[in-house]
Amino acid sequence: MHAVTGSDAIMALAGGVLIGLASLLLLCLNGRIAGISGIAAGLLGGNRREMAWRALFLLGLVIGAAGYVALTGDAPAVRTGFPRTTLVLAGLLVGYGTALGNGCTSGHGVCGLGRLSRRSLVATTVFVVVAIATTTLVRHVAEWSS
Amino acid sequence: MSVRSLHLWRALVSLGSGLVFGVGLALSHMTDPERVLGFLDVTGQWDPRLLGVLGGAVAVTALSFRRLLGRPAPRLDGYFHLPPYERVDARLLLGSVLFGTGWGIAGYCPGPAIAVLGSANNEVWWLVPAMLVGMGLQRWQADHQQGLHS
Repeated sequence: MHAVTGSDAIMALAGGVLIGLASLLLLCLNGRIAGISGIAAGLLGGNRREMAWRALFLLGLVIGAAGYVALTGDAPAVRTGFPRTTLVLAGLLVGYGTALGNGCTSGHGVCGLGRLSRRSLVATTVFVVVAIATTTLVRHVAEWSS
Repeated sequence: MSVRSLHLWRALVSLGSGLVFGVGLALSHMTDPERVLGFLDVTGQWDPRLLGVLGGAVAVTALSFRRLLGRPAPRLDGYFHLPPYERVDARLLLGSVLFGTGWGIAGYCPGPAIAVLGSANNEVWWLVPAMLVGMGLQRWQADHQQGLHS
């Protein structure tokens, strides 16, 4: 297992609490679920009057992440050499899957679990288990079979 | 409150919520796809650090959402905009399987992928457009099927 330091654990927890608070803010004041796949998919068509808040939320997301890195210098190492076709394939699966299942890690995982939705509990369990199986397959099956 | 200032406040709340969310993703390193894959790789050198992210986020929502949704309405709108679906159906299951596969391949779920658009990482300029195409394709398919049935 990977070594975990105290500051790693605190940063992960603090980041999670901020994500929860952001979701609480949006639901408490605007009455909206902070589900990122739904917010993004809503920009592709549908109700024009819903476009502005969605675009602003996503803009905030980009500025917030970039601002944190700019202010603290705490940026993850950039991964290089990951195949572009694999990125495209992964993107298609993530986009199609979240649209079909009406949610992702934020909508089902953070918000749905928070309101004890049975659908979200099922969805979250399925996508986490499948993601673990996929990563395991990609990383280890080649070495196990050799 | 006038309609105009109501719209302005809602816009500010959306932007502010996105900002805090983005800081949370960057602070917790959810924006690092290798950290995410290390978390998903439970049979390898498992990296449990991201457990705290989901734990911290769900702790906040689980403690607040139920009580909040007991109120008649949010502060700046007439009602809570909640998903209308209730049943666990094949769409939910298949969608979650496909999403989990894509997440496990590259290490990006939608939030971090979009948040990283403003960083030095250019992988997401391949992944995010493909994600939007996937979303658009599903929507087009759903509209088309609905059109055929009606």
